[in-house]
Amino acid sequence: MRNATRPFVTAAVMIALWWAIAHLSGLPDYMLPKPEEVAAILQKKYAFLFEHTLVTVSEILLGLLCGTALGSLCAILMMLSPVVQRWLSPILVFSQAMPVFAIAPLLVLWFGFGMSSKIVMAVLIIFFPVAAAFYDGLRRTEPGWLELAQTMNTSKLGILLRVRLPAALPAFGSGLRVAAAVAPIGAIVGEWVGSSAGLGYVMMNANAQVRTDEMFAALLILSAVALTLWALVNLMLRRLLFWAPDSH
Amino acid sequence: MLNTIFASRPEESSVRENRCDGPMSDCPAIYIRDLKLAYGGHVIFEGLDLDIEAGRFTTLLGTSGVGKSSLLKIVAGLQAPTGGTIAASDGKPISHRIAYMGQQDLLFPWLSVVENVMLGSRLRGDRRDPDRAMHMLEQVGLADRRDALPSQLSGGMRQRTAIARTLYESRPIVLMDEPFSALDTFTRSKVQELAAETLAERTVLLITHDPLEACRLGHRLFVLSGSPAKLSPPISVPGCPPRSPEDLGLLETQAELMGTLLDAHTAAD
Repeated sequence: MRNATRPFVTAAVMIALWWAIAHLSGLPDYMLPKPEEVAAILQKKYAFLFEHTLVTVSEILLGLLCGTALGSLCAILMMLSPVVQRWLSPILVFSQAMPVFAIAPLLVLWFGFGMSSKIVMAVLIIFFPVAAAFYDGLRRTEPGWLELAQTMNTSKLGILLRVRLPAALPAFGSGLRVAAAVAPIGAIVGEWVGSSAGLGYVMMNANAQVRTDEMFAALLILSAVALTLWALVNLMLRRLLFWAPDSH
Repeated sequence: MLNTIFASRPEESSVRENRCDGPMSDCPAIYIRDLKLAYGGHVIFEGLDLDIEAGRFTTLLGTSGVGKSSLLKIVAGLQAPTGGTIAASDGKPISHRIAYMGQQDLLFPWLSVVENVMLGSRLRGDRRDPDRAMHMLEQVGLADRRDALPSQLSGGMRQRTAIARTLYESRPIVLMDEPFSALDTFTRSKVQELAAETLAERTVLLITHDPLEACRLGHRLFVLSGSPAKLSPPISVPGCPPRSPEDLGLLETQAELMGTLLDAHTAAD
């Protein structure tokens, strides 16, 4: 079976299973809505859901962008200077050790109900995987390449930009893949804690009013968003890392 | 054992007679004097003197771990010696005049073949010269693979690309650290000949653990052995490099060297 078709088959099987359980188990709709009911909600509340999806997608993308930029900057700075490395690495570890979900209420307090608190949330959980993976990649350049570059009288900056940086791209790619997978979590948790828009907000509202079908609809959209993001990041990395066969 | 070999070799004066002189270039000779390398209390070598003749191949043969790679890195300026001096015969600094070939081809996997040849220009931020790079690729027979990625090449092609990259640098001094050890016997033989032809008239120091390679390529040949390592007197092989692997004189020298190295290896164990 071709790789491209396999996810769709898996999805079809999952939906069939869901349909069978919902119809045969006799569970009430507020516990487990039937697939056709959720589909109906998706159709009926299309505009409403689309509007909130847009908010969440913006948060995820901005979070991913800022988090990746900050993480990469941190990795490069640590590579440039051992002093910076000594000062930044505790912060790096702290950003990972700190339970980001626990400070979500604080972030909402500081950055408000709007998008910024969710973006900060996403940045906080993206920062570590990107910075750690990229820094590791920058440090572990093939020593032979560095020696060769040295005999070619390359400047320190030249070695960083033209040897270490491209050589670290596969490692950066692994970090970015993890980041793309966790970015939606940051945005959604941020929305749960306090917001006036977004899929997380839709889910909290629907949950409070026991409109489980609407919650499922939001959940399905969120899954689709996360999967699309993952696929796009993978596609981009594959283009960028055409030369590294094991990074696919 | 060493003595028997060296006793059977001509003296320095007679070595000079079969110099295989071509037109001499302005490549400098390199004089290594009283060189010492030690890690902590462990002396790798000391009191090492070596003349690397101008415009010729000097091969240095030794078993692994004897310190020959370190010696090459010291000459390349990649590693600092514990003591001693390295100077060019013209008195100018060496560090901007060397090209280095390592044990691996060290091609950058994200650059095409022709971009790899021009690596030096790219790394220094100079203007690249694709015409010259193509000329080098023609010399090593890879002009039609100019846009291939290193991962699409065989081991021999990769090492030929590395030779083209070395040629592109047009440095008078070339330092090679077992550059052909990863190749199969037949590919190695061809690439050795290619290196001998294309790098002729440059000052070359080639380090190897392969007696055949040393005998084929070296105008002058030295053995580095023992702990702390000592350098043998120069050994000459009849004929001009690249010598044919079937050459009887070469085979005889190779057999003797093999014996010497085996003894050194056994003693070290």
